[in-house]
Amino acid sequence: MKVLVCIKRVPDTGGGFRLTADNKRVDTTNLGFAISPHEECAVEEAIRIIEKHGGSSTVLTLGPMAAQEQLREALAKGINSAILLEADDYESWDARAVAHAIAETVKPMGFDLLLFGNESADVCNYQVGLRVAHLLDVPCVSGIKALEIQNGKAIAKRESSEGWEVYEVSLPAVFTVKEGINVPRHPSLRGIMAAKKIPIEQKKPIRQNLQMARKLLKKPQEGRQLEILGQGVEAVGKVAAKLRELGAI
Amino acid sequence: MIFVLVETANQKLTESSWETLTAARDLAQKLSDTTEALLIGSSVRALAPTLKGLRSVSVVEDPRLAGYIPEAFAKIAAEAIQKKRPTVVLAPGTEMGNDWLARVAARLDLSLATGCTEFFIENGALKGVTRTNWGGSLLEETEILSTPKLLTLQPHAVAAQPLAGAEPSVEALAVTLEDRDFRVRLKELVRKEKTGISLTEAKVVVGGGRGLGSAEAFKMLEELASLLNNAAVGATRVATSNNWRPHSDQIGQTGTQIAPDLYIAVGVSGAIQHMVGCKNSKKILAINKDPDAPIFQRADYGVIGDLHQIVPALIAEIKRLKGA
Ligand SMILES: Cc1cc2nc3c(=O)[nH]c(=O)nc-3n(C[C@@H](O)[C@H](O)[C@H](O)COP(=O)(O)OP(=O)(O)OC[C@H]3O[C@@H](n4cnc5c(N)ncnc54)[C@H](O)[C@@H]3O)c2cc1C
Ligand SMILES: Cc1cc2nc3c(=O)[nH]c(=O)nc-3n(C[C@H](O)[C@H](O)[C@H](O)COP(=O)(O)OP(=O)(O)OC[C@H]3O[C@@H](n4cnc5c(N)ncnc54)[C@H](O)[C@@H]3O)c2cc1C
Repeated sequence: MKVLVCIKRVPDTGGGFRLTADNKRVDTTNLGFAISPHEECAVEEAIRIIEKHGGSSTVLTLGPMAAQEQLREALAKGINSAILLEADDYESWDARAVAHAIAETVKPMGFDLLLFGNESADVCNYQVGLRVAHLLDVPCVSGIKALEIQNGKAIAKRESSEGWEVYEVSLPAVFTVKEGINVPRHPSLRGIMAAKKIPIEQKKPIRQNLQMARKLLKKPQEGRQLEILGQGVEAVGKVAAKLRELGAI
Repeated sequence: MIFVLVETANQKLTESSWETLTAARDLAQKLSDTTEALLIGSSVRALAPTLKGLRSVSVVEDPRLAGYIPEAFAKIAAEAIQKKRPTVVLAPGTEMGNDWLARVAARLDLSLATGCTEFFIENGALKGVTRTNWGGSLLEETEILSTPKLLTLQPHAVAAQPLAGAEPSVEALAVTLEDRDFRVRLKELVRKEKTGISLTEAKVVVGGGRGLGSAEAFKMLEELASLLNNAAVGATRVATSNNWRPHSDQIGQTGTQIAPDLYIAVGVSGAIQHMVGCKNSKKILAINKDPDAPIFQRADYGVIGDLHQIVPALIAEIKRLKGA
């Protein structure tokens, strides 16, 4: 079994966003970077599948040299090898161009299973995995929250308001994964040390003509006026009255 | 022409489809253009006349097309687009709509802007869009250089309005479907046992975060919810990744988006990725011991203090009120 996971380096934001002066990007001066949550789960799923069925796993990202940090994190958790499609201008690539470059790279490699996030944490285009599946002419189920491999087939489940939708497709196949499919492990110290010794394969991807051009980023309106109801247990009388006023009791 | 990909469920158009048709109608007015739609299913023809004011509706009916069959739907839409040559294709930005149009975009090798909230017009043509980033915490203005422009509309970005005008003409569209177009299809739907009120239906949601400190502490929130009308319990990502709660309880960018009348956030710091999942709540009440927690900038009501004292006291107070 050969499994590929595609991940993206994104800023690790928490309390709030600061934008750069040109309003084109998130100011990352004081931020770290991370793997998007859905993709962290895709990495975990790849490791579990190889642990169970044997074979090898590969992690791939298209991004700057600094994205080696995210590749190493995946290696430290147990992924076997890593590919960096090095593009310093990766931010200007549209999802179509990213998909073409990934498909071009992985087509000759013969993966049985290709895992993506359902959408990236930052730009949320919801499409790179589906595009790669089309370019490789293999089936794809998006937004899955459970995956099982049985006799060359994959059984994938999506969660909907009605229940679990079960899909069965033959391999090779692409799946885009949602957080919740598993709870990702933390890398062990030994894993981190071992990952340092794994060479990262570097390639220069070919960029297609771009069809989308970002102009700016902006914050949506937030408009709430805070009323402090009180401090500590003394506040509960007022809270209960407010709950009654709002129809909650 | 603006071409709308319509989503149906249980022989009805979904709410997001009506939103998308409303957005398409408004955009067509601005562009002095017409609107058409594509309707696919095992028996959907009867819905076509309800799409008033549209010029025409293309219908593909086939007993094999019950429910959403991703590759067949994408093939049909791609062929319809090639035949009808619209300038804009709009689909609902739901899970199905995003999946559908991404497959269409791949087939036609065109770009796709998902989660659009606004449209920009220049010289009588659509130039670009505003679309959501970070699950809606940020908005991006982007220009689209390819044509036709493929777009999905962010749910709730436009309020659905009743369509007025003449009934559309109805055309049956012939598309040859092969076995391989059905290689991805639903095999089985395992219905969930309904246990209480779901997060998306609840009128009140009580959400717990790291401040709870354990799975046991969530029992307190369960009890509080049981005393409130139509209430459910939710959680932050910290609570789900610590296995205090299942991931299906997670509110936020990578969890569920809720829109209750009241969200009570307990021991939750108010990180943007969490708040983007509850920002459509009518009112937000926060209980947090840190007066500087970001949640207080994003809430309507605040209580400052230790939740482990406040929540039990609140439960006792509500019981007292209810007993009275
Ligand atoms: C400052 C800035 C400027 C930008 N300018 C533009 C612009 O001008 N035009 C434009 O179209 N876009 C622009 N982008 C966004 C662009 O870089 C997107 O990241 C790209 O289009 C891919 O989209 P996505 O990550 O949203 O994909 P999605 O379809 O949401 O991603 C789905 C999955 O695909 C995989 N994936 C996505 N990207 C990669 C990757 N790089 N390597 C490996 N796997 C990946 C991951 O598994 C991910 O979960 C800009 C971004 C930034 C931060
Ligand atoms: C791409 C991305 C997607 C994400 N998606 C989600 C998502 O879907 N949902 C989500 O929730 N998060 C998500 N996150 C994580 C998010 O950024 C935050 O890390 C998370 O929401 C914080 O959870 P928290 O508020 O429980 O914990 P913390 O931020 O640690 O806050 C705990 C709060 O509890 C208070 N507290 C502690 N003890 C007490 C006490 N005894 N009494 C009262 N108050 C107390 C503290 O003052 C603090 O404010 C995502 C992150 C990323 C990068």
